[in-house]
Parts: sequence; C-alpha cells; structure tokens
Amino acid sequence: MTLATTDAPRRPGAFMATLKHARYVISDNPVTGLAFGMFLVLVICAVLGPFIVPHDPYASNTPMALKPPSATYWFGTDQLGRDIFSRVVVAARLDLGIAIFSVALVFAAGGIAGIASGFFGGWTDRIIGRISDTIMAFPLFVLAMGIVAALGNTVTNIVIATAIINFPLYVRVARAEAAIRRQAGFVQAARLTGNSEWRILLTQILPNIMPIMMVQMSLTMGYAILNAAGLSFIGLGVRPPTAEWGIMVAEGGTYIISGEWWIALFPGLALMFAVFCFNLLGDGLRDIVDPQRRT
Amino acid sequence: MHGVIDPATADLQPKEEAHGKLLEVKDLTVEFVTRNGLVKAVKNVNLTVAKGETLGIVGESGSGKSVTSYTVMRILDRAGRIAEGSIAFSGLDIAHAPESQMRDLRGREMSMIFQNPRAALNPIRTVGRQIGDVLMHHLQADPRNVKEKVIDILNQVRIARPEERYHAYPFELSGGMCQRIVIALALACRPQLMIADEPTTGLDVTTQKAVMDLVTELTRERGMSTILITHDLGLAAAYCDTVMVMEKGVVVETAPAEQIFRNPQHPYTRKLMRATPRPGITLKDLLPESEASSSTSVPFPLPNPPPQAGEGAGDALSVGDPLPLAGEGREGAAASAADIPLLKVENLLKEYPRQGVTGSFMSGLLGKKGDPKDTIFRAVDGISFEVKKGESVGLVGESGCGKSTTSTIVMRLIDPTAGKITFAGEDIGAIPAKDFAHHPMRRRIQMVFQDPTESLNPRYTASRAIADPLLRMGGMSGGAKMRARVEELASMVGLPGDLLDRFPHQLSGGQKARVGIARAIALNPDLVILDEPTAALDVSVQAVVLNLLEELKHKIGMSYLFVSHDLHVVKLLCDRVIVMRQGRVVEEGTSEQVLEAPKDAYTRELLSAIPHPPV
Repeated sequence: MTLATTDAPRRPGAFMATLKHARYVISDNPVTGLAFGMFLVLVICAVLGPFIVPHDPYASNTPMALKPPSATYWFGTDQLGRDIFSRVVVAARLDLGIAIFSVALVFAAGGIAGIASGFFGGWTDRIIGRISDTIMAFPLFVLAMGIVAALGNTVTNIVIATAIINFPLYVRVARAEAAIRRQAGFVQAARLTGNSEWRILLTQILPNIMPIMMVQMSLTMGYAILNAAGLSFIGLGVRPPTAEWGIMVAEGGTYIISGEWWIALFPGLALMFAVFCFNLLGDGLRDIVDPQRRT
Repeated sequence: MHGVIDPATADLQPKEEAHGKLLEVKDLTVEFVTRNGLVKAVKNVNLTVAKGETLGIVGESGSGKSVTSYTVMRILDRAGRIAEGSIAFSGLDIAHAPESQMRDLRGREMSMIFQNPRAALNPIRTVGRQIGDVLMHHLQADPRNVKEKVIDILNQVRIARPEERYHAYPFELSGGMCQRIVIALALACRPQLMIADEPTTGLDVTTQKAVMDLVTELTRERGMSTILITHDLGLAAAYCDTVMVMEKGVVVETAPAEQIFRNPQHPYTRKLMRATPRPGITLKDLLPESEASSSTSVPFPLPNPPPQAGEGAGDALSVGDPLPLAGEGREGAAASAADIPLLKVENLLKEYPRQGVTGSFMSGLLGKKGDPKDTIFRAVDGISFEVKKGESVGLVGESGCGKSTTSTIVMRLIDPTAGKITFAGEDIGAIPAKDFAHHPMRRRIQMVFQDPTESLNPRYTASRAIADPLLRMGGMSGGAKMRARVEELASMVGLPGDLLDRFPHQLSGGQKARVGIARAIALNPDLVILDEPTAALDVSVQAVVLNLLEELKHKIGMSYLFVSHDLHVVKLLCDRVIVMRQGRVVEEGTSEQVLEAPKDAYTRELLSAIPHPPV
C-alpha cells in the first residue's frame, strides 16, 4: 500500500483505541460478543479442523453405518459409517474458503466498479449500472446454477458464480457512498494538491467507504455460504465424497424418511450456525465502524 | 386565545401566573450519559421569560445554549436527562410532566424553529399539507376548512401567491421561503412561547433581516414570548429585550440588551463583543486585549521562524525557498509582476443547462421569467477583474450570485463556458480542468475551504493532510525532510506539533482550520482563494484565523481572493472589494469606498442588513 501510507508515524495508541472501542461495543451489546465468539469457533474449525477431529472424516467403516449420535460418534455416522461430527468440522474449511474468496473477489470487482460509477458518473455510471441491472434481472440462484453448469463443476467456478450474483449489491452500496463524497471538500482539496482522479478514488474515497463495505462483506458472507451449499445440494458444486455441508444435507435427505435424521440435521445446523454468525457479525461491525457511536 | 381545547386535556392547560412570567427555569443542570461517564452540558442555569419578552441566548459552540432550549421543550436525546432544577411553564412543572402532556404542549403552547429549514420540512409532502397536518393534529382545523386556514397562515408569513405555493414541495422553494414555512408551522397554533434555534444561520443577510423582522412582528402582534438562540451578538442586539451569555454550560451574564452592549460585565462577554466584526475597526481589534497588544496574532510561539519571514510583503522571490522546482516559475512571475497583474479574469461566462422539468415548472411558477432563453442558466455572466501581486481582493455576494462558481473556475476545478483567465502571464483558462492537476501552475493557485471539517479526509492525520501537496507536487516522497517541512508549516499556522498525528475528529474547529491553511500554503502558492474560511467557526476563533491569514500573507507574499457574504469581514482583510449579484459585478472599489460610500443600491441593502452591536 504505497498509495495510502506515508512515513508519518502512526500513533501508537491508535490500535489500542480501536481495541478499546471494540470492547466497549461488545460489552454494550453482548450479541456482538456472541457473534465474535461464533466466528472464532468457525475459524478454529477451518484452520485446525483436520487435526482436532476424533475420526478420519473420509474413512468408511461399513459395520458402523447409520449409527445414531453416541459418545463415540457425537453426531452419529452416515451410510458409509463415516463420523458426521468430523465431517462437519472439516467441511468448515471448504465452505468458509469458498465464501471468503468469492466475497474478496466481488469486493474487488464490485466495490471498485461501484466507486468508479459513483465518482465519475456519466458513461461509466451508465455502463456499470446496466451491467448490474442485467445481473439483477435473473433469479440469482438460477443464474449461479447456469454459470456453474456452463463453466464446469469446480470449486473455482462456484467462487466465480457466487461473486457474480453478489456483484450488483456491492456496486449499489459503493456507488451511493462514493456519489455522496464526489464533491466533498477533502476531495476538492485533493484535486488542488495535484492528485489524479484515479488516485483520489483509491486514496481518498476508498478508505472512507471501507467501513460500510466491511459490513456489507460480513453480511454477504453468510449469503455466499448458503449459495455454495445450495449449489452442492443440487449436485452442481463440490462432488462427493468431499466433506461439504450442502452435499451432506443432500445425502442425508434421503435417509430422513427411514428415521436417520442426524445425517442431514447436523450439517444443516452447521450451515445455520455459520450464516447466523455472519449476520450477527455484520450488525456488530456496523456498530463498531459507525462514527456516531464513537464519542 | 387557544382555538379549540379538548375537554379531556382542559385541566392540563397552563394556568396564567399573576406576575406575567411565562417560563421560569431554576438551577437547571442537564447531564449526558456518555461512555466516559456523566458529562454536565448545562450547569445551574436560571432564566425567566416574561410574557411578550424576547430573550436572546448567546454563546459559542458547546456553550449549552441549544441543550438549555431542548430541555425546556423536553426533546433531549436519549442520553440526556435533567439532573437538578425545575422548569415552570405558566406554572406547569415541565421537568416532571408526563410525555403525553408534553406532546400536547409542544406545537400548541410552545414551538421551535430549527437551524436548517430544509431539514425541518418533510421533502416529499407539499408545504400546504404539512401546515395543515399540524393544524388538524391540534384540532385547529378540520378537513373542510384546512386549506383556507393554511392559505391564511401563508399570507401571514408573507409568502407571495399562497394558492400556488400551497402545492409546492420544499425543494421548489428558496432557503428563505422554506424558513418562512417553518415559521408558519411553528406559529400555526398560536403558541405562547417560540424557541428559535439559530433560525437564520444558513440564510443570506438580506433574507435574515426579512425573516427576523417577520418573526419579531408576528410575535409582537400575538403577544408571544420568544427565545432566540444565536452565536451572533449583532443579531441578539438587534432583536432581543434581554440577552443571556453562556459559556461552557454556565450563564456568565444576563442583562437587558442595551446594558449588555454598553457595559458588558463579564470578561467572556467582552471577548465575544471584541471578536464580532463591526464597522470602523481593524483586524487586531478582534482579538482579546491581552493578545492584541502583542506583536504576533498566533497564540503559539514560532520555534524556528521560516526563512521567508524577514522579507517584505509582495516579494515572493524567496531565497530560502525550501522547495525544489519552485525557482523557475517564480522568477518568471516576479519579472512580470511589475507590469501585469497576477490574475486577470476577462469576460468570464459560465452557463448551465436548466433542469428540464423543474426548470419549466419553476419558470411557470415565477411567471415573469418566461423568456425563451430560459433553457440556459448563467451562473457567471461576463465578469472581469484583476488581482495584483500581494493584494487581497474580496468577492462578496449572497448565495447564488456566482461568487463560488467564479472562484471554482479560477481554481481550475471546472471549465468556463467562455472568457479568459490569465495567471502570471499564462492563459490558464485554456487548460482543461481535468488536466490541470498535473500542470505546473497547479501548485501556484491554492484554496482554503469553507468547512474545515468537510475539507479534511476523516481518515488522514493532520500531518498526512498537510503532507499531501508536498508528496504530489513538492517533489518530496516522505522522510525526515518532509516531516520537517510539515512541522515548519504547522508552526507557521500555530498548530502545536503534538496535534499533527491526530485525526480530524480529534481536533477543534479552529485547529482544523489551521490544518487546511497549512495545506494550502505548503507549496508557497502565489494566489490563495479563501472560500468563506471562517463561516463555520465561532467568532473568537474567526478573529484568530483572520489575523493568522493576514500575517501569513505578509510572510509568504501571497495574494488572496477572499470569497464571502459578509462585507464587514471582507473589509478587515481586503484592499479591494468586488460586489456580485446574479452573476454580474455591481460594484468594485477599495474596501473603504465600498463600505463607507457604496454607490450601488444593492451594496447599500447588503450593508444595512448586517446587524451589529450598538457600540
């Protein structure tokens, strides 16, 4: 980041102040603290998953197939005798990975396009606006299905499809925020000090929009997880035997009728846990970055 | 005097007191719960308002004047609460009244006019219906006669053609007209007490006069009491019976208006009076006695005076110029300085297309202006002027007169439609605005913005903001040399070095103004455009900033183009004044000529509209 930084030393207290503010927000609203706790659990599962699980998530053990939850198999076993708890924990890495990469991608593409759209206006705005309108015109999940079906059934393509369907959301938020600041005094001042328009966009506008974009990212993260799981559920994503929440729910679905409810329930709960966590986190982040709450 | 009284609430009607005191506040302390503990915004305030009296509450930002009035209306936000004291309104205990009773009182017995009239009106509802809503809510009208009553009220607040304006949306009306609508809303139910919180701050002086005269006349006619909250001593002097001066939540002085201006008792009152610009004074007179006597106006010592300090004004060819690249351009400018002016603007013209639908609707509404050329609006209509080296020129006019457009064009942020701008012998008007950022002339024309808060990037520290021009155009790329230059600039504008690593929200208004000035002078520009640099500041801070600007001008040898609506402020800083109206120059001359013997009727009107204390 040679653009935004200078040699001016950062205040040593700045980081501590942010930390203090975060602690204040969390103590003010315990739900935010809960969300951060849930997030921490997800991150631990994603990073350390394969090392902490009690069983090998891919080892089939037919004699133990379709066993209900017990002390040995906390979430029970599936039709091949694999431990569902281990599979649920290990799947966190893949599901979170897809969500994080797709959100990063859509932030880079949609965020910059939206800021450019709001900042430059005119033809830039019209072209980007029509592109996002076109995307919005499709039922979003059907569009994602179409993209994956057309491009091929790989993790990369799920990431791309999830990013594309979220593109209009980022464009709209970034465009509105940039348009407000287009004629702001500090932007005019930056013009006077010889900054080019693109430099102003990246060093003056973007940092001021980051807080709201962070909130947007957290909120769409949950959506991205659901979308990835949804694609896998209908068979258009990750393929078995990979541990992935969507596939596991799909596999378990057929067994619900015969009474083996645990196969579908626990991956489903994991999905719910992740989506819930990111939604709560979004609200909490909004509180932290909202300057009106800083006094 | 109340139109219809709901029988259910009749017993809640304030009882008239014998000695005519409408409002009596005793020992009021208001505190706010913040994360850093309790903060007392108002401490032990006592005030009384008699029937028909106008009380002025005067103070600078943070003095607690607004909090006091919000408490009387009981519209403090959630974090605020009355810690001690009592508020009696016609014998009714406001401090402990239930919310349902307060709701009934607000609007009918006491009402309020806010600072920003546009924000106080619902943007998607016609103004007539908004007034009608208030009347019907307080049972002053029913659906059958509401329109007729609203038009009657619009007539009373001097809205021309009320039948048409009844259907107008707030955005179709001017600021002054919106404020009249807000006044109409406040007066609709004939309240006994009206609180006006900076009612004319965003308005032009001539509009301010019209609005204040209207408020005074209407309240006198109805025997209403008024509390006028303002930062402007002149306004308080002109319109109030009693004036109460507040500082940091404490009342420092209360006295009849005449007396407080003739013989102010408290040192803070005297400081405020001195800082208020008025005819017949110099810049130094604005500062408190103690500081005016010392030679420098900067309240912070300059540890190492910049190299240019010793050289006379008007000579920009400084030997010790700390910046590379600066030499060449400057010599050219200095050589030609003797015969041609620094900036010469000839027949400048800026046209905007009128907004299609709104334009035709507005011209239809205004009737007369329906000539065929109304598809084009001329913001600047062929003006010409010059700024000489080392000279300060004031560009004065009311909002919409084209002064800001002119300065933005000269700044080369937007392109003129026609005309010529010659700066230091070069026709800079021919260079497109979008390419000017990289032009060598860019560094020689800089600007100080109107709102110091808005002109600083909230995510940049003060030093980063000041360093920006050095990084982009000063040929510096960080390091100790740049840090030293930033510190030198900070000391020139009197900004303490330990504030340099703070973010804008951690600085006061005056400190932010200093950062903006330091940024503008970082590259030793030849011309600095000051766009109402003190409009957002308190008068005492304004006094310091104006003195600082004057001092820097002599030190660096800059020329100023001072854009302002306030002739008295302009006169303090400028040698010459240009008065603009509707895109044209109506009068031009030395400051003394224009202020003491104005030739044009409009200039005279502007001058007479500025209220000032009777001293």
